[in-house]
Formats: sequence, structure tokens, C-alpha cells
Amino acid sequence: MSCPFQRLLDPSGRPDPYPLFAELRATPVARQDDGTYVVSTYREIVALLHDPRISSRRRDLDRTPAFIALDPPEHDRLRRLAMRHFGPPGSPGRIDALRPDMLEITTGLIDALAGKRRADLVEEVAYPLPVAMICRLLGVPREDEGRFHAWADELIETLAPGEERRAERERARREVTGKLNDYLDGLVDARRREPGDDMLSGFIADGEMTQVEIVRTGVLLLIAGHETTINLIANGMLTFLRNPEILARVQADPGLIVPAVEELLRFEPPVQMLSSRVALEDLTVAGVDIPAGSPIVLALAAGSRDPAHVPDPDRFSLDRPRNEHLGFGGGVHYCFGAPLARLEAQIVLTELVGRLREPRLVTDPPPYRPSPVLRGPRHLWVEYAEVARP
Amino acid sequence: MRVVVDLTRCQGYGQCVFLAPEVFSMGEEVLRYDLDPPDDQRDHILRAAAACPVQAIHLDWTAMRALPASRECGIRFEGRIVIVGGSLAGARAAEALRRDGFTGPLTVIGDEEGEPYDRPPLSKQVLTGQVAPEHTKLPRVRRVEAEWLSGTPATGLDVAAKKVLLADGREIPFDRVLLATGTRARPWHDEREAALTGVFTLRTAGDAAGLRAALAAGPKRVLILGAGFTGSEIASVCRELDLPVTVVERGPAPLVSALGGVIGDVAAELQRAHGVDLRCDTTVTSLEGDADGRFRRALLSDGSTVEADVAVVALGSIRNVEWLRGSGLAAGVWGVTCDAGCRAVDLNGLVLDDVFVAGDIARFPHPLYQYQFMTLEHWGNAVAQAEIAAHNMISDQAHRWPHLAVPVFWSSQFGINIKSVGVPTFADQIVVTQGSTADRRFVAAYGYQGRLTAAVTFDQGMWLEFYQGRIEQAAPFPQGDAQPARVPERLSASAETTVVVTGHDPAERRVSLLHTPGGVTS
Repeated sequence: MSCPFQRLLDPSGRPDPYPLFAELRATPVARQDDGTYVVSTYREIVALLHDPRISSRRRDLDRTPAFIALDPPEHDRLRRLAMRHFGPPGSPGRIDALRPDMLEITTGLIDALAGKRRADLVEEVAYPLPVAMICRLLGVPREDEGRFHAWADELIETLAPGEERRAERERARREVTGKLNDYLDGLVDARRREPGDDMLSGFIADGEMTQVEIVRTGVLLLIAGHETTINLIANGMLTFLRNPEILARVQADPGLIVPAVEELLRFEPPVQMLSSRVALEDLTVAGVDIPAGSPIVLALAAGSRDPAHVPDPDRFSLDRPRNEHLGFGGGVHYCFGAPLARLEAQIVLTELVGRLREPRLVTDPPPYRPSPVLRGPRHLWVEYAEVARP
Repeated sequence: MRVVVDLTRCQGYGQCVFLAPEVFSMGEEVLRYDLDPPDDQRDHILRAAAACPVQAIHLDWTAMRALPASRECGIRFEGRIVIVGGSLAGARAAEALRRDGFTGPLTVIGDEEGEPYDRPPLSKQVLTGQVAPEHTKLPRVRRVEAEWLSGTPATGLDVAAKKVLLADGREIPFDRVLLATGTRARPWHDEREAALTGVFTLRTAGDAAGLRAALAAGPKRVLILGAGFTGSEIASVCRELDLPVTVVERGPAPLVSALGGVIGDVAAELQRAHGVDLRCDTTVTSLEGDADGRFRRALLSDGSTVEADVAVVALGSIRNVEWLRGSGLAAGVWGVTCDAGCRAVDLNGLVLDDVFVAGDIARFPHPLYQYQFMTLEHWGNAVAQAEIAAHNMISDQAHRWPHLAVPVFWSSQFGINIKSVGVPTFADQIVVTQGSTADRRFVAAYGYQGRLTAAVTFDQGMWLEFYQGRIEQAAPFPQGDAQPARVPERLSASAETTVVVTGHDPAERRVSLLHTPGGVTS
């Protein structure tokens, strides 16, 4: 039998990777045959997320990467410029102010489920809301969705860990990011001519990012802004429908959606691992020497279920005091869009739970998308008796 | 609804600001918040508290859906517990005792009236006027069944008879007692000058209310005596309010006694860049008033005069230990000596099993720093040590814990979040490891004899955790362009008290303390 990490990468393990993550934790820092080090325990992951000797600049794929693939100080500069139009200190209330829009879009999506008894919650709810929101925020025309949807899917599949077939994946990634860059480049030019109140227009007006920096930041936010949230929403409904007592509690007390979403981020995280870190110096982690230059994978999903960190980790609980998890990573690369994802998931799940009467899973487990990094159902077929009014 | 953020833990992720933008606000990394927001913010606050990546937001227990579980203490202690000191350390200890299953009688004695409040905002958002001084009450993190004797200072401790004596003549019996009486502001040495209208110290909510009113009245200049953290924070508020301010500091730069001369120089540039009239290597020799008893000007050691109508004396603090004189405890201006398990030590250096100490007055040995005894006047230390003390008070020997927390503290001034981990004065070298001091965004590592002992960050709080881990592992001081640390000599705090050993036979040798009334320290 191959090692647990290799089995995790195999699509057949996608429906339930957690026993493999548990096996992985038995060796907190596991060297793979290709020289990659996989870190799977909570304390070690948190330590490496805050370790300045770890770089996110994995490969010189692109001479001008987006901030997700940069280290300080360039990372900090670009992230701060992007944050100016998204959150504090420049725009502290922007995301909170979107809640009415989120609810309105969600209401429309769920209204559309009425009149039938069966729906694919991925295609019909979990995907459209975050795409609509990120398009609106960034200033991407919603009608272009058909174009970038396919590119986004292709891009996600190139984000696998390990050195095997890396060259092939990187070639594919270059090709698809080329298309996305060209698309955004045209969009930025359009915004330059006709500015709006969106983020791209804000970046242009600041005049502190180059055209290329605006394009790279735009591509990053467009992709990251919806691909992960889809999974959070779909994993959420899947978990609720598998645990009727949880569903009943959230139905009875909608305020529980707040701890529920935190627990989802711990229990079924949309981002299962960070696969693109590299050691800048020789390090020793949990007694294992990691030579400079080694690729490092941080298995966030394993860390959030580390029994040394959280009691009874494989149980989904709404009652965890101080739920600290790795759902959004940590350190300077902590998920840029976390507040947006949280609010979207809280609102959509509240509405689904509140409005779908007698929902049940049609297939369990559902079919999964192939990526082991951004893991989630491709479809989530659900049957229900009726759709209640909002 | 009450809110307090453990800024020792906060790393500046800003999630609370996104989710409750009317309660929390943030500059680059400086977090400010309303400690007593209106009820219509409740849903926002619950979302913010749940989202905090380091779970640093504390709310009233009534707002929480799940409370932390109790911890194993071994054999249950069932006697009567008295806590002397009703501020942060005392209140947190009371909460921890109840959380961990202590069901016996519990009495908390506090000299201030009212419920415990949070002090750090007093030199920040209270002085700017964003938060009213009376809206700084600490959240009750759980239900605590206890008898609260507030407004009644303790005046003595009878260890043999196990009684706390109160100013009103009452005697409160205990089986175990926790001493957490904290500190008070060091007053200006001349009582007549200190009494001038417009001369302030800042320690209590009442002090903050008075100073806030004086700043809001628009004084033509504010004079601050001392450029430690409190003085520097007040100077920062004055500049934020666009008030002219002069800071007079005895040392060569601000913050030197805590962070050393290298970072002190950065702090000096920061103050001057924000328009502070900073006078270093200078002291105030006298404060002068007018015929109405209003402060008007100060005379400085360099012969100059500063005309101002508000003066803030920020010359450090005095530990509230006078009430322990004659108790037989090793208590003096240095604090109350205890072991790493918070058990007080008597004059002879013997550990007492029933007397515990926590917070600003506890002087404990820290194994990471060559077992040197230290007192830490930090928010985080008060909380951590109160937890340890409470736990040990109700645990049997096998379940007792040492207080080994690496010290962490923070300050926010001039828009910059300054954080420190370790003991920066325990150093002979310093090197900037990340960022640059010119940008005022950096990490500086401190080392002693080749070992990493502390780190200080300016707007780089997320890295602190890494350095804490390295300090705990006794990691080597990082390579780089190191400079001498320029930390002050450790202050001798023995001027008021002399330790005398008497007796020759080992069974007879004992220590006694000779007090020198009116002695001066440091």
C-alpha cells in the first residue's frame, strides 16, 4: 500500500479523506519520495504559517505573481493596496454592507427552486451567489461568467501538490492563466475608460499598482473569490443533511449558523492543504530536518482535526468554545476574502435550512471535483417537499 | 454588551472590523473598539467574536453559546478562598476558580468601587473620547458566585491566623488567599505641586475621566513627565486631538527602560515626526501654579521652562504591597516574592502553601531567564498568572502547574502597534530581522550571550508567534547586522528596604526586613 499522502491525491479518496489525514498525522512531518515534506499536525502547521523562513514563492512561474505567491515585503505592499478597497483600514464597512445584496440574490436563487422537488445545490445556489458577489465587487461583467468559469475550473486542477507531473501541470497553468490575464487586461482597460465603484476601478484610481499588478490581483480575487466559497456552501448542506439533529438545531435557532460555519471551516474545509510553500533555510520541524529548497505542503484539513488540538475532532459540533481552526490558513497569507466567504455561507445556509422543507440527499457521497486541494462536491442533488416563502 | 479584546493574542487579522465595523476599527494594525457597544450591534459582535482567527474577543458569558470546560485539578479543595484585589487578575482568578469546579465560599476584596474594568483603553480610546470611562467594564466571562467587598481596602494579612484585615476593622478568614492588589500610579514627589489643578496621573477610570475632560477643554499645551508606554500613549492621543504636547524623559529616548536604546531611537523619531516636543536626558524639577492653584508651567533640569496647563505624571507605578508589611511575607517595593506556582514566599524564602500571588505584584522566578525573579505589569501576564494561581489553589501537588508564559505585551501609539515577546531588557544584542526601522514596520530580535531572548514588532504582529516559539526553544540569536542592545542596567529596588539575616545555627537563621520610610527607588 502506498503512503497516506499518495492515496490522498488519488481521486478515489475524495469523498472521505479524513481517515487518510489521520494516518498522515501519525508522522507530523512526512518526507515524500519526491522530496516534498507534508506537515499535518496543528501546532506544526501554525508554527510554519508564522515562520519567516518559509516562502510562498514556490516557483518562478511568473515574474510578477499575485500576492498569494509573494513574500513580504512585496506581498504586504500588494495585499495592502488590494485591501484598501475591500476592508480595513480603507473600506472597513464594505463587505458588511453587501449583506442585503447577498440576501436578495440568495432569495432569488432559492425562489427558483420552488415548483420542483429536486435540485443540484452546487449549480443552482452554491455557485451563482459567490460568482455574482465577486463580479459585482471587482467590476467583472456577470455575463462573462461563461468564459471564466471554464478557465477557473481548469486552473483549480493545476493546483496539486507533489513533484510528479509538475512540469505538465505548470504548462497547463501557464496556458490558462494566460487566458485569464488577457481577459482581465481587457477589462482593466475598459475600467480605465469608464470607471465604476468597483475594486478594479479603485486600483486604477489609486495609481499605485501597475497594469500587470492590477491584472494579477484581479485574476487572483476572481478565482479565489468564488471557487472556495462554492465548496463551503456545498459542504455545509451536505454536513447538515447527514446530521439531522444539527439541521434541526439550526432550523430552530438561526443564530447557530455562526458557530456552524466556523465548525464547517474546521470539519470540511474548502481548502484542504497549502501546496506551494518552500523552505528558504534548513529547518527542523517536530524533530525532522527539512533542507533548504524543499517543497512543503501544509495539510490544513489534517491540522484542524488534530486530536491534540481539539477534543473529539471527527464530530461536527455546534458547541465548541473558542473554535480555532485552519479553515482560512493563518499568518500573512490568511485568506483575503474570509469575511466575504463567511457572510455568504452564513446567509445561503440560513436560507436553505429555513426554506427547504424535508430536504434529503439523493446521493451520498455526492460526486466530487477531482482537486485534492480545493475539495468539494461537483453536484449536490437534493430532494425536498417544497420551498417555503422567504 | 461588554467586549474586551485580548490584544496579547490579537494578530491584526481584522476579521472583527469586517464583521462589526461600527464596533471595531483598525489602522494598519492598531485595533480600537467600543468596550460597551449598544445592543443593536449584538449580531455583528457575535459574528466577529466567532470569526476571530485567534479567538481573542471576550464577551459576557450570557452572550456565549459554549463555555470552556473545566480542567482537572486532582483532589478538590473545599475550603474558603479570599481574593484580595478585584481588578483584572482578581476577577479572572475568581472566574477560573468557579470554572474549574471550586464550589466553596469565595470572597473578593477590592479597594475600588464597582465592577472591574479594563485599564489599557484608559490611555487610548477613553482619552480620545471614543469610549466613556464608565464604559470600560470587563465582560463577565462566566457566572461567578462570590461575595464582592468593593470599596474596602485590605490593611493587613495575618498568615498564622489566616485572616485578611480590612480598613473598616473587619477580619475576613480564609483557608487560602490570593494576593492581587496590583499597582497605582507613582505620584509627583512634591505633594503641594501634585495637588495643582491640571496635574494628573493615570491609573484608574476616575483618573481617565478627569484627564479626558482636561484634554477635551482644549489646553494650550500638555506636558507629559516620562516617556514610558503610558506617557508615550498619552502623547499620541494628544497629537491625535491636535493638542501641542511636550514630553520630558529622564532617559536618552522614549521606551528605553522597556525596549532598550535602539528601539528607543525609533520611538523618538516617531514622536518627533508626529509633532511631539520631546526633551530627552531631561527631568522636570518643579511644577508651578498660579494664584488660583492652577498648573501653569514646569521648570526643567536644563534650566528651561515649559508653559502648559495640563501636566501628566507618567513616571511608572508603585506596587500596592504596603498593607503586607508585618505579614512575614517577602513583600517590598519589588513586589511579593513567590515561586513559579504563584505560592508566596515568606521572609526566609520558604514557600507558603496557602498564600498565592498573581498579577502586577507577583515577583516570580522565570526559568527561561536564568531563574531571575521578575514582575510583569502586563495585561496578558495578569490573565495568565491568575489562571495558574487559581488552578494551583484548588489542585493537589501532583496537578499544580508552573507559570512559564513567555511575557507578551503591546502598546499602540502614533498609529503603530508595538508588540513585544520575551524580556527585551534581558539582552546584549539586537538585530532587525524583518522589515526596516525607517519604514516603522519591522521585527527586532534581542539576544543574550548568543541566545534569542525577546522580539519586538512595529506593525508586524503576525510574526511574534514565531519568535515566541524560538525563545521557548532557546534558539540561537539570528545572524545579521547586530548592534549592542543598549538596555538599562537592571534597576535596584532595594533602597527602601534592607534584608538582614540574623542567627548562626541553621535552625535559628532568619531574615528580617528593615524599612526606610520615604526612601527613593530607581
